[in-house]
Amino acid sequence: MAEPYLSATAMRGGYGKADILNGCTLTVDKGQIAVIVGPNGAGKSTAMKAVFGMLHLREGQVALAGEDITPLSPQERVRKGMGFVPQTHNIFPTMTVEENLEMGAFIREDDYRDTMAQVYELFPAVADKRKQNAGELSGGQRQQVAVGRALMTRPSLLMLDEPTAGVSPIVMDELFDRIIEVARTGISILMVEQNARQALEIADIGYVLVQGANRYTDTGQALLADPEVRRTFLGG
Amino acid sequence: MDILNALVAILNFVVIPAAAYGAQLALGALGVTLIYGILRFSNFAHGDTMAFGAALVILITWGLQSIGVGLGPLPTALLALPVGIALTAVFILGTDRAVYRFYRSKRSAPIILVMASVGVMFIMNGLTRLVIGVDEIRFDDGARFLISVQQFRAWTGLSEGLSLRVSQALTLVVTALACWALFRFLNRSRAGKAMRAYSDNEDLALLSGIDPERVVRLTWIIATALAVTAGTLYGLDKSFKVFNYFQILLPIFAAAIVGGLGNPLGAVAGGFIVAFSEVAVTYPWRKIATYLGFEPQGLLQLLSTEYKFAVSFVILIVVLLFRPTGLFRGKSV
Amino acid sequence: MSNTRQAEAVSPWRAPVLFLILAALFLAEGSFRNALFSGSWNTALAILNMGLISAVMALGVNMQWGYAGLFNAGVVGFLALGGLAPVLVSTAPVQGAWAAGGPRLILALLVGLGTLALAAQVWRRVPGLLRVPSLIAVLVVGFVLYRWLFDPAVMAIEANNSARAGNIGGLGWPVLLSWPVGALFAAAAAWGIGKVALGLRSDYLAIATLGIGEIIVAVMRNEEWLSRGVKNVSGIPRPVPYELNLQNDPDFVARAAEWGLSPAVASGIWVKLLYAGLFGAVLLALILLAELALKSPWGRMMRAIRDNETAAEAMGKDVTRRHLQIFVIGSAVIGLAGAMMVTLDGLLSPNSFNPLRYTFLIWVMVIVGGSGNNWGAALGAILIWFLWIKAEVWGPEFMRLVTGPMPAGALRDHLLGSAPHMRFIALGVVLLLVLRFAPRGLVPEK
Repeated sequence: MAEPYLSATAMRGGYGKADILNGCTLTVDKGQIAVIVGPNGAGKSTAMKAVFGMLHLREGQVALAGEDITPLSPQERVRKGMGFVPQTHNIFPTMTVEENLEMGAFIREDDYRDTMAQVYELFPAVADKRKQNAGELSGGQRQQVAVGRALMTRPSLLMLDEPTAGVSPIVMDELFDRIIEVARTGISILMVEQNARQALEIADIGYVLVQGANRYTDTGQALLADPEVRRTFLGG
Repeated sequence: MDILNALVAILNFVVIPAAAYGAQLALGALGVTLIYGILRFSNFAHGDTMAFGAALVILITWGLQSIGVGLGPLPTALLALPVGIALTAVFILGTDRAVYRFYRSKRSAPIILVMASVGVMFIMNGLTRLVIGVDEIRFDDGARFLISVQQFRAWTGLSEGLSLRVSQALTLVVTALACWALFRFLNRSRAGKAMRAYSDNEDLALLSGIDPERVVRLTWIIATALAVTAGTLYGLDKSFKVFNYFQILLPIFAAAIVGGLGNPLGAVAGGFIVAFSEVAVTYPWRKIATYLGFEPQGLLQLLSTEYKFAVSFVILIVVLLFRPTGLFRGKSV
Repeated sequence: MSNTRQAEAVSPWRAPVLFLILAALFLAEGSFRNALFSGSWNTALAILNMGLISAVMALGVNMQWGYAGLFNAGVVGFLALGGLAPVLVSTAPVQGAWAAGGPRLILALLVGLGTLALAAQVWRRVPGLLRVPSLIAVLVVGFVLYRWLFDPAVMAIEANNSARAGNIGGLGWPVLLSWPVGALFAAAAAWGIGKVALGLRSDYLAIATLGIGEIIVAVMRNEEWLSRGVKNVSGIPRPVPYELNLQNDPDFVARAAEWGLSPAVASGIWVKLLYAGLFGAVLLALILLAELALKSPWGRMMRAIRDNETAAEAMGKDVTRRHLQIFVIGSAVIGLAGAMMVTLDGLLSPNSFNPLRYTFLIWVMVIVGGSGNNWGAALGAILIWFLWIKAEVWGPEFMRLVTGPMPAGALRDHLLGSAPHMRFIALGVVLLLVLRFAPRGLVPEK
């Protein structure tokens, strides 16, 4: 089997003295959609932030395309091909949509207009409002801008922290559709989600985390069908 | 009913002085608002930065004048201005490195930065007085009037005269140029957008790879340039006296808050609002009222000129009471 | 406010030792006559008295900053208001002033305040579209009425014996009564400004207080009917004997001779000692009250709010109301100091209320002394005041030393003349150094 594109192994660490992650392992293959679910406080967002380098790992390794990136800062990981969409405060509200995308491409030195066109194609609703201030858009459209911003560096791995938090079900479906579109262009997706059922439906691989450690790992469909998982996390 | 004379009087005694003063306040408020938006604290040393920079400009102007360099009808100070800006910017960058950077790295509460700026204010105040003394200084030269009262009366035949001083016209022109350049920079250039992004959402900006130290440096340089320009124009227009620059801190802050702290467009609007209010409220309207056919009893002066600064204060209070984020929504309160 | 609030153990000896050092400085000032000290007890006591008053000011500021984290940039205004009280309460009534325009003036002031109160009610009660027009109508009508009443009254009062008086005079009551009145004036102003500016960002309070300080001083400078403006009000009664009276008293002269002092020197020392006792008593009483308040449940709640405002709010404490309480009380103390200062000087000079000297110098005192600690604030105040005054002498001395080897000329003269400005630079440097390296001050909060 080819080496997984992203390989985060045996991660142990936290924000202070106490460990939130207790030997968590995540792998994502190229073009896969990987979803992290679990109860509150399970360390889902923490795991993703650790993969992105936003917190210090006591133990464990993160490798991207075979290269060990554990010592790199988040900005450096962006340069290596990671993209990150925070859960909140993920846009520049007083800047236009177009300027948000420009800022997304800040570290690029080449012409990024093609990428911008691609992003507009992916998110037509946002393309219409490109000259509007991003803060004036609806919740769902703002999330699309946030994702678009992260896509401007042409990442090979896009990480999303609870992208559907606080949006209505229709908007959530729309967002998930967009995410599938993004994955279809060959970008690997790693996503933390509270809406476990809907997220697992689109997941190639699902990680159920409990107290910072892997509990169940399988394809999305398999997890959805598993009666244990259904009982404990999906409400039957 | 002598409408023409009334109009001319309003222009001469209210509109032109208020416009010039408003432009000076706008430049000052722009600096304060940029520092607030990006460095996230109210810089109490801004007034003394204006004084310090203007003092350097005066010294260089004297030097130029002594070797016979002039600028014809325009004040020689304009030649000295770029050098004054450069020197003051170096000093201010030094204060950032020595004072503010420490608190930035510790993510201290904004009020600590305000206190530190009070310390810087003392030092700059003392240095300015050391360098140039406490007396009133007039350093304008070149032509004084663009349009003098006699010229105007000769042209129009009206009894009411209008004068437009070179310093006033210069203020308006320089301010317009400075604002145009600044807004173009903020809205069109990569560095300017990076500054706006940093002001908008610091964490996301860092994530996007924006270099925070570079943004901070640019902010100080731009704010200092604006401050020194404002200070020089104010000194050319009225006269240079160190204490005036401490007093002007209040109207500048009022202007920035009225417009919305952190919002450059608001700072410009706020500057003119405060200036026009100050002038209109302290102007004795008796003459105008007479032209318009009324026979007023008193001077019709709402507030005496000593209370000029009370006007900006009242505006400030009104804004704080009703709309603390300012006219153009600034940073959250 | 330092971010470090751990109870880092500071030796309990620290404060007493520092106070002893301070005492030693004053003793030296009185005893030794050399380049550093004047050897004059009169000078030493004069510095001490102003130092004690500064300590009261610092106490007030410390309450606002140390207990509630409020940055009051308008201390000078509250001080000036307090200084107005001895004039209005204790100076003799001016002949004919009241008759000239007194009642009309009072009516005007009532109309003014009434207009503001009415405006506040209108804003709160009148619904919908009518609200703004009604508010504007109330304000405009109120203002016109106020001016119609006020202007002639003021003109008449100022015209009355304008060379010697021209003001409304005072009630002629004992001057010690004016001290709490001064506190009251300042508290009233603090309540007004606090209602508007508290509950907003700390920067905003700083700017708003900067404004109110300037306004109050401007009013004192210009409203001659109140304070004679630039003409100053002198001859304010005092609670201690006059030096001249003592010098003419044979008993006193005899006692002075026993101590080997001339009548002039002895009277000066005795009067200053009496003042020192008075001010010291007030200071100690205030510190005692402040310490008691700190240890009380109210004080603990205050500190809980300061340490974690969000948590306190979540627990249902009305933070803004508490902040208002502290702001008013602290300002009252500052007003008290203002009244004391004007009593000591016997003179109200509105032009002397310079914000740099009064607001920001006090701030340096509080930061250096130890924000949050009452003894620290008092210590810092007396120490900084001592250094500030001595700097007037030491500065030029130091300059003379430094420029000694220099050739005579313009630069040397300029440097020698620059000593007063160096004081401000030194003050700024001290503030920055303490803020950075010793943010908890000389005597940190316990």
